Order: sequence, then structure tokens, then C-alpha cells
Amino acid sequence: MSTILSVRDLTLRFHTFDGVVHALNGISFDVQAGETLAIVGESGSGKSVTMMSLLHLLPMPPARIARGEALFYTNGTPTDLLKMSRADMHRVRGAQIGYIFQDALSALNPVMTVGRQIGESLVMHLGMDAETARKRAIDLLDDVGIPGARARYRNYPHQFSGGMRQRAMIAIAIACNPRMVIADEPTTALDVTVQAQIVELAKRIQRERGMTVVWITHDLGVVAGIADRVLVMYAGCPVEIAPVDDLYDHPQHPYTRGLLSALPRLDDRSRRDLASIQGAPPDMMASPRHCQFAWRCPYVFDRCWKAVPPYYPAGKGHATQCFYDLENGRPRTDA
Amino acid sequence: MPDPATPCGADNRKEILVRVKGLKKHFPILRGLIWQRQVGAVKAVDDVSFDIRRGETLGVVGESGCGKSTTGRAILQLQRPSAGKIFLGDQELTALGEPELRKLRPRMQMIFQDSYDSLNPRQSVGQIIAEPMVIHGDQNRTLSRQHMRNRVAELLDLVGLNPNHISRFSHEFSGGQRQRINIARALSLNPEFIVCDEPISALDVSIQAQVVNLFKDLQRRLGLTYLFIAHDLSMVQHISDRVAVMYLGRIMELADRDELFDAPLHPYTQCLMSAVPIPDPKKERNRRRITLTGEVPSPAHPPRGCVFHTRCPLAEDICSDKTPAYREILPDHFAACHFADDKGGSRIQEP
Amino acid sequence: MPETSADATGLLVDETPDRTFRQSLVYVGRLFWRDKTGLVGLIMFLMVVFSAIFAPWIAPYDPLQQDLRAAKTPPAWTEKGSFDHPLGTDNLGRDILSRIIYGSRVSLTVGFFGVLIACSLGLTIGLISGYVGGRTDNIIMGGVNLILSLPYLVFVVFIAAILGRSLLIVILIFAFTDIPIFVRITRGEVLRIRESGFVEAALSIGAKRRRIIFRHILPNLIGPLITIATFEMSAMIFYEAGLGFLGLSVPPSVPSWGNMLAVGRKYLTIYPWIATIPGLAIVFTGLAMNLLGDWLRDVIDPRLRRVKK
Repeated sequence: MSTILSVRDLTLRFHTFDGVVHALNGISFDVQAGETLAIVGESGSGKSVTMMSLLHLLPMPPARIARGEALFYTNGTPTDLLKMSRADMHRVRGAQIGYIFQDALSALNPVMTVGRQIGESLVMHLGMDAETARKRAIDLLDDVGIPGARARYRNYPHQFSGGMRQRAMIAIAIACNPRMVIADEPTTALDVTVQAQIVELAKRIQRERGMTVVWITHDLGVVAGIADRVLVMYAGCPVEIAPVDDLYDHPQHPYTRGLLSALPRLDDRSRRDLASIQGAPPDMMASPRHCQFAWRCPYVFDRCWKAVPPYYPAGKGHATQCFYDLENGRPRTDA
Repeated sequence: MPDPATPCGADNRKEILVRVKGLKKHFPILRGLIWQRQVGAVKAVDDVSFDIRRGETLGVVGESGCGKSTTGRAILQLQRPSAGKIFLGDQELTALGEPELRKLRPRMQMIFQDSYDSLNPRQSVGQIIAEPMVIHGDQNRTLSRQHMRNRVAELLDLVGLNPNHISRFSHEFSGGQRQRINIARALSLNPEFIVCDEPISALDVSIQAQVVNLFKDLQRRLGLTYLFIAHDLSMVQHISDRVAVMYLGRIMELADRDELFDAPLHPYTQCLMSAVPIPDPKKERNRRRITLTGEVPSPAHPPRGCVFHTRCPLAEDICSDKTPAYREILPDHFAACHFADDKGGSRIQEP
Repeated sequence: MPETSADATGLLVDETPDRTFRQSLVYVGRLFWRDKTGLVGLIMFLMVVFSAIFAPWIAPYDPLQQDLRAAKTPPAWTEKGSFDHPLGTDNLGRDILSRIIYGSRVSLTVGFFGVLIACSLGLTIGLISGYVGGRTDNIIMGGVNLILSLPYLVFVVFIAAILGRSLLIVILIFAFTDIPIFVRITRGEVLRIRESGFVEAALSIGAKRRRIIFRHILPNLIGPLITIATFEMSAMIFYEAGLGFLGLSVPPSVPSWGNMLAVGRKYLTIYPWIATIPGLAIVFTGLAMNLLGDWLRDVIDPRLRRVKK
């Protein structure tokens, strides 16, 4: 497998009226070609901000990238997405990297037919003529499972139901056959039966087209069904990255472990209380000087208050930013 | 520390606290600017009947537009039902006027989904929690300021907030804390019955668990009865003693929690369960899903016959002709499906 | 280090103490300091208010005192100017600085009382319209649209012609024509607040109508109304000057910025300061109030104040 995206030490701040919000604090991870990487975190963890910043989708200011790089590989040649000019970014967005937004209704243009919105990027990026683009757009609508695609081509977004709008969003994102698709909480606003449909659709499309998918979500249930690898984020820090089975079987960060045991499960009939994580996420107005989870962590010890933990390897393809070795039940000793 | 598991739905709790009979709530669709006339109705809740037993948690689950929130509001008479009767104990709420209802309000309370919107931004936490006591205080005896202050502090402590924060405003709290303030307000008059309308769906996972545990803890300590409305099947399964599944304004199935989830009778319940992801990659990989096609139809134009027939994998001709009766198929296990019987006639074969 | 500690039920209890009254004052001060434009607006506005209140003590001359020998003296910073009249004199030799200082009284009086009357009437009518709804609402909104459709200038000329020129009449006309704005804002807010969760919550705990209006709706109206009032006040100051310029406001004997503009118009090419300086005074006041209003809009909502996004 080859690396398609390599993010290193991405640090991003929002300069707001109330002060500086430290939204991302040194995010590093790789995305392999053809895999599905899930980015999991609660609200404010920075999971969406990470991917949006790569595609220059954040308003700057208030956002400002303090440091870091994001290398996107094309035939083995890296280009730094963060340093790209506006024009170059326009060529990458949509053509090389597709983006599926959570709120399809506001992401779609309300005064343009759905079909034309799909065709638009085909004309823009692939230089198709209008008629070819129209045919291709109808094929795409059909492919994402919209019944009566030919008639639906002329519909406006408000004539679509929530699930169909999300399907149309997917059609737009994959229209130019991008190598990577970022799905930003695409099922959060949907009902559970529709969510299941969209997840199935995304899996099928990825399988058929061999796309790389970055799936941003807060739902650990959805992640279990769709991801190959998982990046867990907390308060702007990447606390753990691991292959999906390994993460659920042997979570190596107290936060991941806490999250997993805080979830009620449909296949668990016991009456036990959920194991909750105490407290609430920290105020992000201060630059982190120590582990951001220390306030809430049951395993906290003096070292956690002294430095931000680096990545520690914890098995094959598994790394965690924690000074405590959960597996062996003792603080780590640095080699 | 989690308490040792205590069965909330012990068998001796059979006393019925809330009885809902044939509840309907229709919202008229009006046309015309000056001469408005009714051209139809959104049947948000259409002929729903169930009981809630004292001390239990009845979970109501369903997709958007199924009428679960409207049901909760109609029970508390926050939206007057179009038809049907609702009893709290032996009081018929639907027969009472506003002044009599107001006197009964202390016995029944509501907790809302949007913890932000349901707290007045211009009131301090102390004022918010004391308000029910101020309103109802003179009925019994005029409460002294000091007494009320003590009670507010006691309530804050009960829901896990710092009693010293009595003069703070709601915007100074996080989402989970604000929901605790809502709970404290609902508890201030020692209610018997609380309608919880999606109380945790706006919260983050790690906070959800805290609030759910608080609900369970309060129920154990104060003997509360809950109607717990949510769209998250796993959470409803976790907290409820009995569960009602709603679809397009009707109850599809109602049963004891274990029975409902272990042996669902209605096809919709089976499909819903099948759609819920389980946070376990190995199980997810080997799961066979019954994928429902399409989406929930508009409640302004519900399908004829069984409302679920347009998406049901078992649908036959009879389903589009006749509305199936909501009936007791097994003891304490109700369902509205033509094929439901005690021999598994409505069981969907795994694909 | 962390200011929190875990209690027995697995919750973190926030131990930071409540803000005292003095700390709240400091906090408001800091809000001003952070957004300097609001501070600038406040200072400018306070200068105008100060000069209006203490006019007799700070004005160097009687604003009506004529001195034909010193007529048309240019301001002090020009060649022929003198510090006897720092901003020069007008065609009758009246001291412009003194007239500006006294003129602020007229402007602020019209603005303040005009808005006060319009706001209190508009608030009451809007509350009724929004809360009662139905037919009452239709009738009230019809009346509001009627007032809005009045040709405002013609109306003013008409009234001034019948009743003569006086401060009271100017205030009443402005108040009357401004009521619709406050009715609309109030009604819109009432409709929004009435649907909000906390009103439903109040109903669910058995609150009566009076309590809902006075405890829940009214306090939440104050923020938006204060903001609108600030903008409306600045608009009224402009309008008053405009009317004065047309000779329709207070009698010519009263020193007002509008009247000064009207006088200066004739001399605009030869003695430009006579009209320019009252013009600058109007701009100064308008700017002050708009800066202040913008700042209030951002700050007055306790929810907006703490947005961390």
C-alpha cells in the first residue's frame, strides 16, 4: 500500500474575540491509498477542522495554521496542500479530493437543479461538454441509488428527501472520480434506517472504485462497520490511531477505553450502569502544556501534568499518546 | 462507581400511573391568506393507547416524524390532543381546564431535548430552579426565601452541580451541565412522572452516559416514572423497562424490553434493530442487514392500510387495504401487524 | 493546575467561585477594552451628553448673543482666526462653539424623548400583537403599515404648518412615525421567544400568562430593543437636523444644529465653516451612536458574549 496523504504536526488556531482557541495541536497521521480511515471524536475535538483545513475550507481569519504540512501524493510526488495557491486548490478540490458535507441541504445550492450541480464539476474539472456532462450526471444519480434518475435530474434540492440529498452530495463528491473522498459526518442528521442505506452505499462505491475514504464521525457504531483504521481525537490532539479490530479489542488510551464502555449496546441486555467518563472536555483557550485528557483520566499521574505525551507504539500499526501503559497497567518507561 | 444492577421493572410494580386511550393529535393544514380553510391534516399521532406503570421507564423510539415527541407533549397537555383520553392516576387530564391542570403540573414534568433553549438566558440558575416553587408555593404555604434557597442548593447537589453556582447564568455551563439544571427544575416539586423528550441526543457520548446514569440513579432514589423518548435504539434499550416502537403516528409494537429486543413481532422493529450499528467491528462484519428501502413517508399523506406497508419486506395485498389492529398478541406484548402471531408469522427471514 | 475535583458520583465539580458584582463590572470594562470601537463610540457619546447637560458652564458665550463687529470670524486655526471664538462666528457674530454646545441639547432631547415614547408605545403594542395574535395582530399590523405608508415629509410640513414649530411637536412627530419599527421588532421577537423552549418549560411548570410575559418574554426583549433604540436615536438626530435645515424644526431663535446648517447654507462658498462645523457635530454624534449600537448588539446578548467558535 502506498501513502496518499501524510499530515505532519498540523497546528491550527482560531483567533477569536475571546482569545485564541487552540483547535488543533500537532496532528500527525497518514492515509493509505484505498483504505477507509475513520476520524472519531466528540464535538470540538477538531475532527472536521483537520480535514477542512487541508482543503482550505475554513475562513482565514479567524483560522490560522501555525505550523505543519499535509503532503498529498500524486504518482509518488508530494505536494503540500497547506501551501497551495487558491487556483491550485480549486483544481484539487472536487477533482482529486471530494468532500461530502454533513448538512446536505445547506451544502447544495437551492436555486440550481441537482443535476446541474453534479454536471458543473464535470464541466469544470474534466472539460466535458454540456450534453456529456448531463448523461454522466444521470448515470451518477442512478449509481447512488436515486430512483428515476432521468426525471430527478431536473429537481431542486428541496424536492429531495434528506437521504436523497445525501445521495446527491455523494454523487457530486465522486463525480470526477477523485482519488480520495472526505465524508464529514454524512449520516449524523439522518434516521437510522436511512443511515444504514447510506453506509451501504458508501461501502459499495468505495469497493467498486477503489477510492480512499476519510470518514469523520462521532458514532463508534458506524466506525465499526466501515473503517479499516481509526484515528481518535480529543481536544485537538490525536490520542490514538489503530487498525479497527485492534482499537475495539485493545484500546490503548484511557479516553478510547472510556468512550467504548460509555456506549450502550443493542446486544447487551444487562442492567449495568454505563461507565461514564467524569467531567467535560477542557477549555481550549490555553495552549496545551500537558495531556489534554489529564483532568478526566482515571490513570493520571504526575508525569501527565508535565508534558504533552508523544506517540507511543502499541502494537502493529497502533500508536497512542499516553504515558500510561494500559495493557500492562503501569506507567511507560521511555527506552 | 456503578451500583450493582437492580431490576427496575420488578414484577410487583403493576399499578398504572398514566393511561393513554385512543390519543390523536392532528395538525390542520390551512390554505388561503384571508379566508383560511382546512385542506388536510398532519396526523402526528393517530390512535395511540398504552399504559405507564408506576416506577417504570417506558421507552418510546422511532424515526423523525413518528410522533413520539408530540405524544409526550400531548400527555402533559402542553398540546391539547385532538381526541382520546389521558389519565394521571385517577384524574382525567383531557377533561380538565387550564386552572385545574395548573394545579396538577407539579405531579408531572418534562425535560426537553434542547437544554440551551429550555433555560431562560436572563435567569440565574437559582431563579430557574426555584420558579416552580414560586409558582406553586402559595398553594400549600408560602415558602420563605431561605427555605427555597436551601431547596435549590439541595437540588443542585442532587443532580451533581456545585450548589455555590446558584447565581450563575445558563450560558456559563456546558451542555451536560445545562441538562442537569433542567433535571433539577423538573425535580423541584417532587413529581411522580417525567416525560424525557430526547434528553441526551444533543450531548456528546461521554456526557450522555453521565446523564443517563443520573436518570437511573434518580429513579432508584425518588421512585420516578419516566416516559423516555429517543431515536437512539441502543439507549432506549439500555434505560427502559418496556419499549414502544412508533412509526408515522402509530405504535407498531410495545412489549417488555427483553422480549421486544429478543423476539420482536413487528417487521418494523426487526428492521430498525437491524439498522442500528453495533460498536464491534467483528460483529458488524458478520451481520446480515435487513436494509429498508426508501424513507419515512410524509405524515400529511400517510399510506393507506398499514402505514408501514410501503417499506415492509413482508407486505402483501391485505396490508395496503386494511389497517392492522393494534392488539395483544402475547401476554403484555402488543403489535399492529396482520401477520403477527405467537408462532413467528411476522418474522423476517435473514437475507 | 486544575481547579476541579471529582466527587463521589464520578462528576467533576467546578470549584471556581462565582463572580462578585465588582468582578462583573471589571468584566464589562474588559468587553469595552477588547472591542476598542465600542469604547471610542462610548467616549464620543459621553462627550455629547456632557456638553448637553453642562452647556451653561462650558459654553464661553451666550449662544444668542450677537456681536456684529466680530461677525464671520473664521475658526482659530485659520490665518484670520482668534482664540476669542475657537470655532469662529456666524453671520450675526454668534459664537459657533457655544451654539454647537447648546445645539446638542436640542438634538439629544429630540433623540432621547422621541425614542423613549416610540419605544414604550411600540413595545406595548408589539407585545399585544405578538402574544395575543389572531385578529388583534392583523388589526395592529394593518395600522402599522398605514403609518409606514404615510408620506413622512409631507406629513411633517402639514403638522408644522398647522401647529407651528416647537420642540414638543418635533418630538411627537418623530415618536409617532417611529412606533412601527419598535412594534415590528417587538412582535418578531415575541413570536420567536414564545416558541422557545423556556416558555414551553414555563408552561409545563404551570406558569400563568402574566408570568410568562413579564418574567420570560420581556427580559429577553430588552437587549434587541436597546440596540435598535440606539440606532433609532441616531437616525432621529439626523432627521431633526434635516428638518431644521428645511426650516421645519424648532424656531430659528433656538440654537440647533439643523438651524445652524440652514443659516450656513447661504454662506457655504465664502464662509464655509458656518455650515461645516454643525455638520461635523452631527456626523460626530451619529458615528458615536452607531459605533455604540454595533457594540451593544454584539455584547448585550449573554449567549453571543461567550461564543467560542
